[in-house]
Amino acid sequence: MKIEEIVQALGLDVKCAKDCLDREVTGGYTGDLLSDVMGNSKAGYIWITRQVHQNIVAVASLKEHSAIILINSSQPTAETMEKAEAEKIPIMVSDLPAFEISGKIYNLLTAKS
Amino acid sequence: MLKVYHCDLHIHTCLSPCAELDMHPQALVARALEKNLDIIAVSDHNASANVPYVLAAAAGKNIRIVPAMEITTREEVHVLALLENLSALRELQALIDRHLFGKNDEDRFGVQAVVNERGEVEDINTQLLLGATDLSIDEIVAAIHRLEGLAIPAHIDRESFSVLGQLGFIDDNAHFDALEISGRTGLSRGRLRYPELDRYPFLTSSDAHFLRDIGTATSALLLEAPTFAEIRMALAGQNGRRIVE
Ligand SMILES: [Zn+2]
Ligand SMILES: [Zn+2]
Repeated sequence: MKIEEIVQALGLDVKCAKDCLDREVTGGYTGDLLSDVMGNSKAGYIWITRQVHQNIVAVASLKEHSAIILINSSQPTAETMEKAEAEKIPIMVSDLPAFEISGKIYNLLTAKS
Repeated sequence: MLKVYHCDLHIHTCLSPCAELDMHPQALVARALEKNLDIIAVSDHNASANVPYVLAAAAGKNIRIVPAMEITTREEVHVLALLENLSALRELQALIDRHLFGKNDEDRFGVQAVVNERGEVEDINTQLLLGATDLSIDEIVAAIHRLEGLAIPAHIDRESFSVLGQLGFIDDNAHFDALEISGRTGLSRGRLRYPELDRYPFLTSSDAHFLRDIGTATSALLLEAPTFAEIRMALAGQNGRRIVE
Protein backbone atom coordinates (compact mmCIF):
# COMPACT_ATOMS: atom_id res chain seq x y z
CA MET A 1 0.00 0.00 0.00
CA LYS A 2 1.27 3.46 -0.87
CA ILE A 3 1.50 6.40 1.55
CA GLU A 4 -0.95 8.29 -0.64
CA GLU A 5 -3.63 5.66 -0.10
CA ILE A 6 -3.21 5.82 3.70
CA VAL A 7 -3.37 9.63 3.58
CA GLN A 8 -6.63 9.43 1.61
CA ALA A 9 -8.19 6.69 3.73
CA LEU A 10 -7.46 8.38 7.05
CA GLY A 11 -7.67 12.04 6.03
CA LEU A 12 -4.14 12.85 7.19
CA ASP A 13 -2.73 16.35 6.95
CA VAL A 14 0.50 16.15 4.92
CA LYS A 15 3.02 18.67 6.28
CA CYS A 16 6.09 18.11 4.15
CA ALA A 17 7.69 16.13 1.34
CA LYS A 18 4.32 16.11 -0.42
CA ASP A 19 5.93 14.82 -3.61
CA CYS A 20 7.13 11.62 -1.92
CA LEU A 21 3.78 9.96 -1.23
CA ASP A 22 4.14 7.25 -3.86
CA ARG A 23 6.39 5.14 -1.63
CA GLU A 24 5.33 1.69 -0.55
CA VAL A 25 4.48 1.16 3.14
CA THR A 26 5.66 -2.29 4.21
CA GLY A 27 4.59 -2.13 7.85
CA GLY A 28 4.40 0.19 10.82
CA TYR A 29 5.94 0.98 14.19
CA THR A 30 4.52 3.04 17.05
CA GLY A 31 6.86 4.58 19.63
CA ASP A 32 8.21 7.73 21.25
CA LEU A 33 11.55 6.41 22.49
CA LEU A 34 13.81 7.05 19.53
CA SER A 35 16.34 4.52 20.79
CA ASP A 36 13.60 1.87 20.71
CA VAL A 37 12.44 2.92 17.24
CA MET A 38 16.01 2.77 15.96
CA GLY A 39 16.40 -0.72 17.39
CA ASN A 40 13.09 -2.26 16.35
CA SER A 41 11.62 -0.65 13.26
CA LYS A 42 12.39 -1.65 9.68
CA ALA A 43 12.83 -0.06 6.27
CA GLY A 44 9.55 0.86 4.58
CA TYR A 45 7.68 1.19 7.86
CA ILE A 46 5.40 4.09 8.61
CA TRP A 47 6.34 5.47 12.03
CA ILE A 48 3.67 6.73 14.42
CA THR A 49 4.93 9.02 17.20
CA ARG A 50 4.26 11.93 19.55
CA GLN A 51 7.85 13.22 19.34
CA VAL A 52 8.23 16.34 17.18
CA HIS A 53 11.95 17.02 17.73
CA GLN A 54 14.08 17.23 14.58
CA ASN A 55 15.87 13.99 15.50
CA ILE A 56 12.80 12.07 14.29
CA VAL A 57 13.77 12.94 10.71
CA ALA A 58 17.29 11.59 11.18
CA VAL A 59 15.92 8.36 12.66
CA ALA A 60 13.34 7.94 9.86
CA SER A 61 15.97 8.62 7.24
CA LEU A 62 18.51 6.27 8.83
CA LYS A 63 15.93 3.48 9.10
CA GLU A 64 14.50 4.27 5.64
CA HIS A 65 10.98 4.67 6.95
CA SER A 66 8.37 5.47 4.33
CA ALA A 67 6.84 8.32 6.39
CA ILE A 68 6.15 9.70 9.87
CA ILE A 69 2.70 10.24 11.37
CA LEU A 70 2.39 12.66 14.30
CA ILE A 71 -0.52 11.87 16.61
CA ASN A 72 -2.92 14.02 18.66
CA SER A 73 -2.56 16.93 16.23
CA SER A 74 1.08 17.40 17.29
CA GLN A 75 2.80 19.88 15.01
CA PRO A 76 6.36 19.40 13.72
CA THR A 77 8.79 22.19 14.67
CA ALA A 78 10.17 24.48 11.95
CA GLU A 79 13.55 22.69 12.12
CA THR A 80 11.84 19.32 11.81
CA MET A 81 9.88 20.46 8.73
CA GLU A 82 13.01 21.85 7.10
CA LYS A 83 14.99 18.66 7.70
CA ALA A 84 12.11 16.45 6.53
CA GLU A 85 11.82 18.45 3.31
CA ALA A 86 15.57 18.11 2.70
CA GLU A 87 15.61 14.38 3.55
CA LYS A 88 12.37 13.77 1.64
CA ILE A 89 10.59 12.17 4.61
CA PRO A 90 6.84 12.85 4.45
CA ILE A 91 5.37 13.96 7.78
CA MET A 92 1.61 13.69 8.26
CA VAL A 93 -0.49 14.86 11.19
CA SER A 94 -3.50 13.02 12.59
CA ASP A 95 -5.85 14.20 15.31
CA LEU A 96 -6.20 10.64 16.58
CA PRO A 97 -4.22 9.14 19.49
CA ALA A 98 -1.52 6.54 18.78
CA PHE A 99 -3.69 3.52 19.66
CA GLU A 100 -6.43 4.44 17.18
CA ILE A 101 -4.26 5.52 14.27
CA SER A 102 -2.09 2.41 14.70
CA GLY A 103 -5.17 0.19 14.66
CA LYS A 104 -6.54 1.80 11.53
CA ILE A 105 -3.25 1.53 9.66
CA TYR A 106 -2.81 -2.06 10.81
CA ASN A 107 -6.24 -2.89 9.37
CA LEU A 108 -5.49 -1.16 6.08
CA LEU A 109 -2.17 -2.95 5.67
CA THR A 110 -3.47 -6.41 6.58
CA ALA A 111 -6.71 -6.10 4.55
CA LYS A 112 -4.74 -5.38 1.43
CA SER A 113 -2.38 -8.36 1.59
CA MET B 1 47.29 26.68 42.67
CA LEU B 2 45.09 24.03 41.09
CA LYS B 3 43.77 21.23 43.24
CA VAL B 4 41.22 18.47 42.96
CA TYR B 5 37.73 19.21 44.24
CA HIS B 6 35.32 16.34 44.84
CA CYS B 7 31.97 17.20 43.33
CA ASP B 8 28.55 15.57 43.37
CA LEU B 9 26.65 17.76 40.95
CA HIS B 10 23.23 16.07 41.01
CA ILE B 11 21.49 15.68 44.38
CA HIS B 12 17.76 15.84 45.07
CA THR B 13 16.04 17.09 48.22
CA CYS B 14 12.73 16.15 49.83
CA LEU B 15 11.08 18.57 47.39
CA SER B 16 11.36 15.88 44.70
CA PRO B 17 8.40 13.54 45.13
CA CYS B 18 10.58 10.49 44.59
CA ALA B 19 13.15 11.53 47.23
CA GLU B 20 12.87 10.54 50.89
CA LEU B 21 11.68 13.13 53.42
CA ASP B 22 14.96 12.72 55.32
CA MET B 23 16.60 14.58 52.43
CA HIS B 24 16.01 17.95 54.07
CA PRO B 25 18.63 20.72 53.69
CA GLN B 26 20.35 20.31 57.06
CA ALA B 27 20.67 16.52 56.80
CA LEU B 28 21.75 16.71 53.18
CA VAL B 29 24.58 19.13 53.97
CA ALA B 30 25.67 17.11 56.99
CA ARG B 31 25.88 13.95 54.88
CA ALA B 32 27.76 15.74 52.08
CA LEU B 33 30.32 16.99 54.63
CA GLU B 34 30.65 13.48 56.07
CA LYS B 35 31.44 12.26 52.56
CA ASN B 36 34.13 14.96 52.21
CA LEU B 37 32.45 16.57 49.21
CA ASP B 38 33.76 20.01 48.26
CA ILE B 39 31.03 21.06 45.82
CA ILE B 40 27.44 19.80 45.44
CA ALA B 41 24.64 20.84 43.11
CA VAL B 42 21.11 20.71 44.49
CA SER B 43 18.74 19.77 41.70
CA ASP B 44 15.08 18.93 42.21
CA HIS B 45 12.68 17.93 39.45
CA ASN B 46 11.38 21.15 37.87
CA ALA B 47 11.63 22.89 41.25
CA SER B 48 14.14 24.79 43.35
CA ALA B 49 12.49 26.11 46.53
CA ASN B 50 14.84 24.16 48.82
CA VAL B 51 18.03 25.55 47.29
CA PRO B 52 18.10 28.74 49.43
CA TYR B 53 17.67 26.59 52.56
CA VAL B 54 20.52 24.29 51.53
CA LEU B 55 22.65 27.41 51.06
CA ALA B 56 21.62 28.56 54.55
CA ALA B 57 22.38 25.11 56.02
CA ALA B 58 25.84 25.23 54.41
CA ALA B 59 26.66 28.78 55.52
CA GLY B 60 30.03 28.91 57.27
CA LYS B 61 30.73 25.28 56.40
CA ASN B 62 33.48 24.05 54.15
CA ILE B 63 31.29 23.12 51.18
CA ARG B 64 30.11 24.96 48.09
CA ILE B 65 26.48 24.68 46.92
CA VAL B 66 25.66 25.15 43.24
CA PRO B 67 22.03 26.21 42.62
CA ALA B 68 20.55 23.78 40.11
CA MET B 69 17.41 22.17 38.73
CA GLU B 70 16.68 18.94 36.85
CA ILE B 71 14.27 20.03 34.15
CA THR B 72 12.01 17.65 32.21
CA THR B 73 11.77 18.74 28.58
CA ARG B 74 8.82 18.19 26.27
CA GLU B 75 10.62 15.13 24.88
CA GLU B 76 10.80 13.81 28.49
CA VAL B 77 14.56 14.26 28.64
CA HIS B 78 16.06 15.22 32.01
CA VAL B 79 18.41 18.18 31.65
CA LEU B 80 20.46 19.45 34.55
CA ALA B 81 20.78 23.24 34.80
CA LEU B 82 23.69 24.49 36.93
CA LEU B 83 23.45 28.19 37.75
CA GLU B 84 25.76 30.77 39.23
CA ASN B 85 23.38 32.29 41.76
CA LEU B 86 19.88 32.35 43.19
CA SER B 87 18.63 35.16 40.99
CA ALA B 88 19.37 33.13 37.85
CA LEU B 89 17.68 30.15 39.48
CA ARG B 90 14.60 32.23 40.31
CA GLU B 91 14.35 33.38 36.71
CA LEU B 92 14.63 29.84 35.42
CA GLN B 93 11.99 28.70 37.92
CA ALA B 94 9.60 31.42 36.74
CA LEU B 95 9.96 30.12 33.19
CA ILE B 96 9.44 26.50 34.24
CA ASP B 97 6.37 27.42 36.30
CA ARG B 98 4.78 28.93 33.20
CA HIS B 99 5.36 25.69 31.28
CA LEU B 100 4.59 22.97 33.81
CA PHE B 101 1.02 21.77 34.26
CA GLY B 102 -0.93 19.42 36.48
CA LYS B 103 -1.29 18.73 40.21
CA ASN B 104 0.71 16.29 42.30
CA ASP B 105 -0.96 13.19 43.75
CA GLU B 106 0.88 12.65 47.05
CA ASP B 107 -0.37 9.10 47.52
CA ARG B 108 0.88 7.97 44.15
CA PHE B 109 3.99 10.08 43.59
CA GLY B 110 5.07 11.25 47.04
CA VAL B 111 5.20 14.41 49.14
CA GLN B 112 6.96 17.51 47.82
CA ALA B 113 8.16 19.30 50.94
CA VAL B 114 9.86 22.67 51.18
CA VAL B 115 11.92 22.44 54.37
CA ASN B 116 14.09 25.17 55.89
CA GLU B 117 17.63 24.86 57.25
CA ARG B 118 16.28 24.05 60.72
CA GLY B 119 14.29 21.08 59.44
CA GLU B 120 10.90 22.82 59.63
CA VAL B 121 8.37 22.35 56.84
CA GLU B 122 7.75 25.70 55.16
CA ASP B 123 5.42 24.62 52.39
CA ILE B 124 4.13 21.68 50.38
CA ASN B 125 4.50 22.11 46.64
CA THR B 126 1.35 21.00 44.79
CA GLN B 127 2.62 21.12 41.19
CA LEU B 128 3.04 17.89 39.25
CA LEU B 129 6.83 18.05 39.50
CA LEU B 130 7.22 14.60 37.94
CA GLY B 131 5.47 15.90 34.81
CA ALA B 132 7.14 17.28 31.71
CA THR B 133 7.28 20.93 30.73
CA ASP B 134 6.06 21.84 27.25
CA LEU B 135 9.46 23.34 26.36
CA SER B 136 11.70 21.51 23.91
CA ILE B 137 15.19 20.45 24.87
CA ASP B 138 16.57 23.14 22.55
CA GLU B 139 14.43 25.80 24.24
CA ILE B 140 15.52 24.63 27.70
CA VAL B 141 19.20 24.68 26.77
CA ALA B 142 18.83 28.16 25.23
CA ALA B 143 17.09 29.42 28.40
CA ILE B 144 19.84 28.00 30.63
CA HIS B 145 22.49 29.66 28.46
CA ARG B 146 20.64 32.98 28.48
CA LEU B 147 21.00 32.85 32.27
CA GLU B 148 24.70 31.99 31.85
CA GLY B 149 24.17 28.56 33.30
CA LEU B 150 25.50 25.15 32.29
CA ALA B 151 23.21 22.67 30.50
CA ILE B 152 23.96 19.00 31.10
CA PRO B 153 21.71 16.14 29.92
CA ALA B 154 21.34 13.83 32.93
CA HIS B 155 22.13 10.10 33.11
CA ILE B 156 22.50 9.68 29.34
CA ASP B 157 23.24 5.97 29.80
CA ARG B 158 19.86 5.23 31.36
CA GLU B 159 16.95 4.08 29.25
CA SER B 160 14.37 6.36 30.79
CA PHE B 161 14.31 10.16 30.69
CA SER B 162 17.69 10.32 28.96
CA VAL B 163 18.62 12.22 25.83
CA LEU B 164 19.84 9.02 24.15
CA GLY B 165 16.78 7.01 25.18
CA GLN B 166 14.24 9.64 24.13
CA LEU B 167 15.99 11.20 21.16
CA GLY B 168 18.18 8.35 19.94
CA PHE B 169 21.43 10.26 19.56
CA ILE B 170 23.03 13.66 20.13
CA ASP B 171 23.21 15.69 16.95
CA ASP B 172 26.15 17.87 16.04
CA ASN B 173 24.22 21.10 16.57
CA ALA B 174 23.48 20.46 20.24
CA HIS B 175 25.06 22.89 22.69
CA PHE B 176 25.50 20.85 25.83
CA ASP B 177 28.23 21.87 28.28
CA ALA B 178 28.79 18.30 29.46
CA LEU B 179 27.04 14.95 29.61
CA GLU B 180 26.22 13.11 32.81
CA ILE B 181 26.94 9.39 33.05
CA SER B 182 25.30 7.62 35.95
CA GLY B 183 27.46 6.10 38.65
CA ARG B 184 26.42 2.59 37.69
CA THR B 185 28.17 2.94 34.34
CA GLY B 186 30.98 5.26 35.42
CA LEU B 187 33.34 7.42 33.39
CA SER B 188 35.66 4.83 31.88
CA ARG B 189 32.87 2.49 30.80
CA GLY B 190 30.96 5.52 29.54
CA ARG B 191 33.91 6.47 27.34
CA LEU B 192 34.08 2.93 25.93
CA ARG B 193 30.35 2.81 25.27
CA TYR B 194 30.08 6.24 23.62
CA PRO B 195 33.20 6.85 21.52
CA GLU B 196 31.15 9.13 19.24
CA LEU B 197 30.64 11.54 22.15
CA ASP B 198 34.35 12.05 22.81
CA ARG B 199 34.10 15.79 22.17
CA TYR B 200 32.01 16.16 25.34
CA PRO B 201 33.23 16.31 28.92
CA PHE B 202 31.61 13.58 31.03
CA LEU B 203 30.51 14.02 34.64
CA THR B 204 29.41 11.33 37.06
CA SER B 205 27.13 12.22 39.93
CA SER B 206 25.05 10.30 42.44
CA ASP B 207 21.56 11.57 41.45
CA ALA B 208 20.88 10.89 45.14
CA HIS B 209 17.26 10.60 46.24
CA PHE B 210 18.26 9.10 49.62
CA LEU B 211 20.80 10.34 52.16
CA ARG B 212 22.84 7.17 51.86
CA ASP B 213 23.32 7.79 48.12
CA ILE B 214 24.97 11.20 48.46
CA GLY B 215 28.55 11.03 47.22
CA THR B 216 28.27 7.47 45.91
CA ALA B 217 29.25 8.81 42.47
CA THR B 218 31.40 11.91 42.17
CA SER B 219 33.50 13.83 39.69
CA ALA B 220 36.99 15.13 40.44
CA LEU B 221 37.44 18.64 39.11
CA LEU B 222 40.82 20.34 38.92
CA LEU B 223 40.13 23.95 39.96
CA GLU B 224 41.82 26.91 41.58
CA ALA B 225 38.83 27.62 43.80
CA PRO B 226 35.34 26.14 44.26
CA THR B 227 33.55 28.79 42.19
CA PHE B 228 31.07 28.62 39.35
CA ALA B 229 33.49 30.33 36.95
CA GLU B 230 36.10 27.67 37.75
CA ILE B 231 33.57 24.85 37.18
CA ARG B 232 32.68 26.38 33.84
CA MET B 233 36.37 26.47 32.88
CA ALA B 234 36.83 22.86 33.96
CA LEU B 235 33.95 21.68 31.75
CA ALA B 236 35.38 23.66 28.84
CA GLY B 237 38.90 22.41 29.62
CA GLN B 238 40.30 25.94 29.80
CA ASN B 239 43.38 27.31 31.59
CA GLY B 240 44.42 23.96 32.97
CA ARG B 241 41.08 23.42 34.67
CA ARG B 242 39.56 20.08 33.79
CA ILE B 243 37.64 17.02 34.87
CA VAL B 244 40.05 14.33 36.03
CA GLU B 245 39.11 11.06 34.31
ZN1 LIG C 1 16.69 12.27 36.14
ZN1 LIG D 1 17.81 13.33 39.29
